[in-house]
Amino acid sequence: MNAGMLIDNVLLGEYFPILVFLGIAIALSVFLIAASIIIGRQKPDPEKLSAYECGFPPFDDARTKFDIRFYLVAILFIIFDLEVAFLFPWAVSLGSIGLFGFWSMIVFLGVLTIGFIYEWKKGALEWE
Amino acid sequence: MPITEVPNLAPALPEIFLGLAAMSLLMLGVFQNTTGPDGVMKASRLTSGLGIVMLVLAMVLVVTVSGDRLLTFDGLFVSDPFASFVKVLILIASTFSLILAEDWMEKQGCHRFEYVIVILFATLGMMMMVSANNMLSLYMGLELQSLSLYILAAFQRDDMRSTEAGVKYFVLGALASGMLLYGMSLVYGFSGTTDFDALAALFAGGTEPAAGLIIGLVFIIAGLTFKVSGVPFHMWTPDVYEGAPTPVTAFFSVAPKVAALALFIRVMNGPFGDLASQWQQIIIAISVASMLLGGFAAIAQTNIKRMMAYSSIGHVGYALIGLAVANETGVRAILVYLTIYVFMNIGTFACIMAMRRSDRAVENIGDLAGLAKTHPAMAAAMAVFMFSMAGIPPLAGFIGKLYIFLAAVEAGFMMLAIIGVLASVVSAYYYLRIIKIMYFDKPVTTPLETPIPKRIVGVLVITSIFVLAFVVFPNPVINAAGVAASALFSG
Repeated sequence: MNAGMLIDNVLLGEYFPILVFLGIAIALSVFLIAASIIIGRQKPDPEKLSAYECGFPPFDDARTKFDIRFYLVAILFIIFDLEVAFLFPWAVSLGSIGLFGFWSMIVFLGVLTIGFIYEWKKGALEWE
Repeated sequence: MPITEVPNLAPALPEIFLGLAAMSLLMLGVFQNTTGPDGVMKASRLTSGLGIVMLVLAMVLVVTVSGDRLLTFDGLFVSDPFASFVKVLILIASTFSLILAEDWMEKQGCHRFEYVIVILFATLGMMMMVSANNMLSLYMGLELQSLSLYILAAFQRDDMRSTEAGVKYFVLGALASGMLLYGMSLVYGFSGTTDFDALAALFAGGTEPAAGLIIGLVFIIAGLTFKVSGVPFHMWTPDVYEGAPTPVTAFFSVAPKVAALALFIRVMNGPFGDLASQWQQIIIAISVASMLLGGFAAIAQTNIKRMMAYSSIGHVGYALIGLAVANETGVRAILVYLTIYVFMNIGTFACIMAMRRSDRAVENIGDLAGLAKTHPAMAAAMAVFMFSMAGIPPLAGFIGKLYIFLAAVEAGFMMLAIIGVLASVVSAYYYLRIIKIMYFDKPVTTPLETPIPKRIVGVLVITSIFVLAFVVFPNPVINAAGVAASALFSG
């Protein structure tokens, strides 16, 4: 029990500087924000409150609609990107993971292929 | 050391089967000819019918492979009577909700064959969750389930409320997953293992756990509390339940709840069983808060799905009493309670799905006014479910509560049992109010549509017979629950 507690305390002790840093960071940011609220003069008008866009008045709302297909392509890319990320360590260690390791990856690729067939048939890959 | 031998696949046979079935149905569905509105409906009906068959077959497989405790996949996966019991329950819940869904989805015009596939994957995730024997396999199952549920919540994607429910559920669910993972990483950092058996062995000798480990445990509890929608992590529940399509809400209120509670039970009593004195107070606090909130907040609701959301929060509170006592009796009580809860809830949601007026689904409690005159059988069934939820003897709900409160009293948690009884008195108000509205209020508008779909009638008959007859034949469920609970504590 004591050994565990001791390790615990040593470990926590190593984190002490971070705690101090955190405390200073919070205190400093609170001080700066509070100071600008208390000392600075606040006279808001519509011009001051409008969004700043390189000196121009903002052209339009930043929340514009964009084509959902960009998102779709991004998602599909991530899936196959990750597949490659999995394939690399698998290929490197193929010698030591044996047949089971080999077939595990084949099963994984099979599942991915099913998803791929689905998206193809659904027309997710067509861009007109 | 890498695993080079093929592991024993037999214990995981139901999961492997369900995974293959879901993928085959996906291929089957996507290769159907869906030109024209009729084609879409045909594909959706075909996969829905086959999906139900697959779930039933998976249930048969679960019963076949159940038996002694078996570990496989290098200790990541466990198959024991506890997992089998819960899996059967989950599969029953999924099957019922699929049976109910097809008709409603067609009427709302959002029938797509993917619905069945996503339900099957969610079910697969839940089965993985209850069979997890390692933090990582737990997380994998949980994420498979959660991701499927996010999709389901937003399934009616041209409906504003449904998409909002999906997004809300996703954002908050991701937060909960983050907390869970953070907790797991702390536990791993302070113990050096993620394996449930190794963790249990670590604390078996009464070793004082490191402070960081307790913090990790608290984070894990917070994440799991979110998944079972216990207070104070319940905020998503009413919005998601209200916004999601009704068949999805019906599914949410049963299968994932059962799975998450089972997971909660396994994590708390398995690896952290010997730390019970550390986590009991947290569970008690969550349980009391959930019971009270479920009781009081549901009173003011006018939307019946929202009311059922608060009701389910309350039910989770009662079930958590069984976890708080941290013994075999408690776990058995939860399992009995959950079994009854599944049937009551499916029945209630079958009634809610039958609520249609002039070709639109309605979901206000006031729409039930005068139901006893226009639909006497449906009103009677709804009354049975409401009485049962309120815990009025001799209905099934009473027996479930009885077991829970008995477990609490036996373990010396007198106050907890008293609060539970008081909260259930409060909740009786809003359950009985529905009965009052159905039987004594005059209908304000035109009555609900008359021909109730056959499938809904079938489900209503089965569930109401279960709720009514449970008091006569309680033994099969109670014995099975006893075996399942003792399996968890024998190790």
